Amino acid sequence: MAETLLDIRNLHIEATVYPAGEPAKDIVIVDDVSLILEKGKVLGLIGESGAGKSTIGLSSMAYGRGSIRLSGEVFLNGREILSSGSRGLRKLRGKEVTYVSQSAAASFNPAKRLMEQIVEAALEHGVASKAEAEKRAVQLFRELSLPNPETIGNRYPHQVSGGQLQRAMTVMALVPEPDLIVFDEPTTALDVTTQIDVLAAIKKAIQKTGVAALYITHDLAVVAQVSDEIMVLRNGAKVERNTAENIINSPQEDYTKALVSVRSIDHKEKKPSKNPVLVARGISAAYGNKVQVLKNISVEVHPGQTLAVVGESGSGKSTLARVLTGLLPPFEGTVTFAGRTLSRALPQRTKEDLRQIQMIYQMADTAMNPRQTVETIIGRPLGFYFGLQGKKRRERVLELLDEIEMGEGFLDRYPAELSGGQKQRVCIARALAAKPKLIICDEVTSALDPLVADGILKLLLRLQRSEDVAYLFITHDLATVKAIADSIAVMYQGSLVRYGSKSDVLAPPFDDYTDLLLSSVPEMRIGWLEEVLQNRKMESAGN
Amino acid sequence: MRIPISALIGLVLTAGFFLMAIFAPLIAPYEMAEVVGDVWEPRSAEHLLGTDNIGRDLLSRMIYGGRTTIIIATAATILSFTLGSFLGFTAAVIGGWIDQLMSRFVDLLMSIPTLIFALVVLSVMPVNTTMLILVMGVLDATRVYRLSRAVAVDINVQDFVEAAKLRGEKRGWIIFREILPNALSPLVAELGLRFIFAVLFLSTLSFLGLGVQPPDSDWGGMVKENKEGIVFGIGAALVPAAAIAALAISVNLVADWVLNRTSDLKGGRGG
Repeated sequence: MAETLLDIRNLHIEATVYPAGEPAKDIVIVDDVSLILEKGKVLGLIGESGAGKSTIGLSSMAYGRGSIRLSGEVFLNGREILSSGSRGLRKLRGKEVTYVSQSAAASFNPAKRLMEQIVEAALEHGVASKAEAEKRAVQLFRELSLPNPETIGNRYPHQVSGGQLQRAMTVMALVPEPDLIVFDEPTTALDVTTQIDVLAAIKKAIQKTGVAALYITHDLAVVAQVSDEIMVLRNGAKVERNTAENIINSPQEDYTKALVSVRSIDHKEKKPSKNPVLVARGISAAYGNKVQVLKNISVEVHPGQTLAVVGESGSGKSTLARVLTGLLPPFEGTVTFAGRTLSRALPQRTKEDLRQIQMIYQMADTAMNPRQTVETIIGRPLGFYFGLQGKKRRERVLELLDEIEMGEGFLDRYPAELSGGQKQRVCIARALAAKPKLIICDEVTSALDPLVADGILKLLLRLQRSEDVAYLFITHDLATVKAIADSIAVMYQGSLVRYGSKSDVLAPPFDDYTDLLLSSVPEMRIGWLEEVLQNRKMESAGN
Repeated sequence: MRIPISALIGLVLTAGFFLMAIFAPLIAPYEMAEVVGDVWEPRSAEHLLGTDNIGRDLLSRMIYGGRTTIIIATAATILSFTLGSFLGFTAAVIGGWIDQLMSRFVDLLMSIPTLIFALVVLSVMPVNTTMLILVMGVLDATRVYRLSRAVAVDINVQDFVEAAKLRGEKRGWIIFREILPNALSPLVAELGLRFIFAVLFLSTLSFLGLGVQPPDSDWGGMVKENKEGIVFGIGAALVPAAAIAALAISVNLVADWVLNRTSDLKGGRGG
């Protein structure tokens, strides 16, 4: 049997929270979790937000964020580390165990060159001389396919792309030759096409150096590519642990099954109608007369159907939404709604025009006024557009709450008292209240956990059938697109690269960019990553 | 809900001062300008704090003076807040050249030292209560304008305000229903501080002789009236001075507490 590296026994983590207007109380973040990790193995920790996966990851270096209290035992290389003092931990962290965080951009010191930061831990612990550490870093840069491995270390963090920075952080974690690396959602903030490169780099690094790793993520398809074993967590407790293959192919627990079958929504594509509800013709737009972000975009949305606009960050998809709503007047092109040409700018549009196009935002948190109750939030469009007041208004709000599968009890709640999924549902109800013909959905599921996002997508599809509303669905997530779209527009650097019905867009032959985008969506099977990397035609933009 | 001891002291004292101001005619043993004894009589059963520089009861004068101080300071604060926050929100929401014009005008006003500005205005204009409130209110409004514009600019770019604009809401709704409720926390905390500044500013003006005019007096004016006594070891001037300090400190304690409490409640029910 292989040697045990990390042995966590009965880990119990508590924190004190201070809810508004209530007395302080203790909550349990992690409840009696034990795990063993052997040398050179990779264990994936997966779960929704609040599952305690990051907290467990950090506890393997005896660290707790904020004022949390750790109890239980954590053995690293046979030594109990929770009880070792700060001096002992300082010797341990950055030498035996290192950490790769979600946002490399926020973790690097912007005022120092990359190399200086990358070799810092190795020098501090006396693992290597400066020359040795730098040599090792350059070698790792090369292995992780960073461009110009000899000189990239001289750059500052803002001079490399997000994907490169994340790989540089992996190099930083590897330079001191640790026994264990904790990867905390290292690819979550990246575009799919960039994610795949970082993922490949991490996998390669693990294989070459034989380091053990805890890989924390909420995306089962991602973790399946790099892990030997996967542990599923929920609400701070273990649900299931098994080999990656068994988790994907034969999950035992209901919760794991739900995670595996996520995004398996069945949606039949509808044929386009003769009279599109919204037609955008030759739209070009720029911010401040300088940066042109949309180049000659023409799309149509058909009544009761969904047009998915897909692209990476910076492709101009959200700008398109701003043009359609009138927030950003285009310098060229027209927007026609139900046969009428809409004014370019918001202030010139009629109330009726505004009512017909509603919008749902990515961050439901900031899309609702924190000082208004659910009743006010949903009721305002009713009063504003239809003059509903008092009892009638309340009845309609209750109907809408019913449609989004929430009850009367939510009427007097404030947004802070709702969960992430509930918030997004209230935003959907607010949009529906106006009885629009078109709803623009801007990344509405990307801030949500997969299961919650699934619920929202199903709700949107059901509402589309019952209310006959069209969606313009902006997203970077192709799995979502496959699930709900009738037609698809693929955008790349402000231009439309591919546009048509879902079956046409998703059928070969592909242009290079669509191929890259499609192939980069993690699939829930082992060996997917290697396959894709072999068959790729185009390097990702972030490389 | 537990009120910290410092806030409790502040609340009790502040409430005491305000009650005194409201019920002054009922509490005060003598009239404001009534000469009842000798010059600078020491404390006695008849005159609890003694008498002032021309033989008026010091306690009664303190009570009436406090009333004047608190009423003028409160009115000036209300004026500065109404004016400053309304203009600040409007500038933030409208933006563009209107915002530029208003902000630069406020910069212009703020670049002149407040006291000098007030002294100049008050030396050419008739000095009465209304004029004092106007001058103090307008000068303080520049500070409130700055704060509320900064707060509103932050809120104005949030998605829920954009959602309201997309709905076609008028400016009034956006300012009063979307922005104002979310700007209240910092503004309420600022309210206490601005009130203290108003008290201190009024006291300064009166001490310099350009504030409340005799025979009426506020606390600042009373310090001025009795200041010669200090040379003879008579502490009559210290009583109003101590009262100004006590009022300032107690309101500050309350303001601190409100600030702590409201920032905890960010996004919550708002108390």
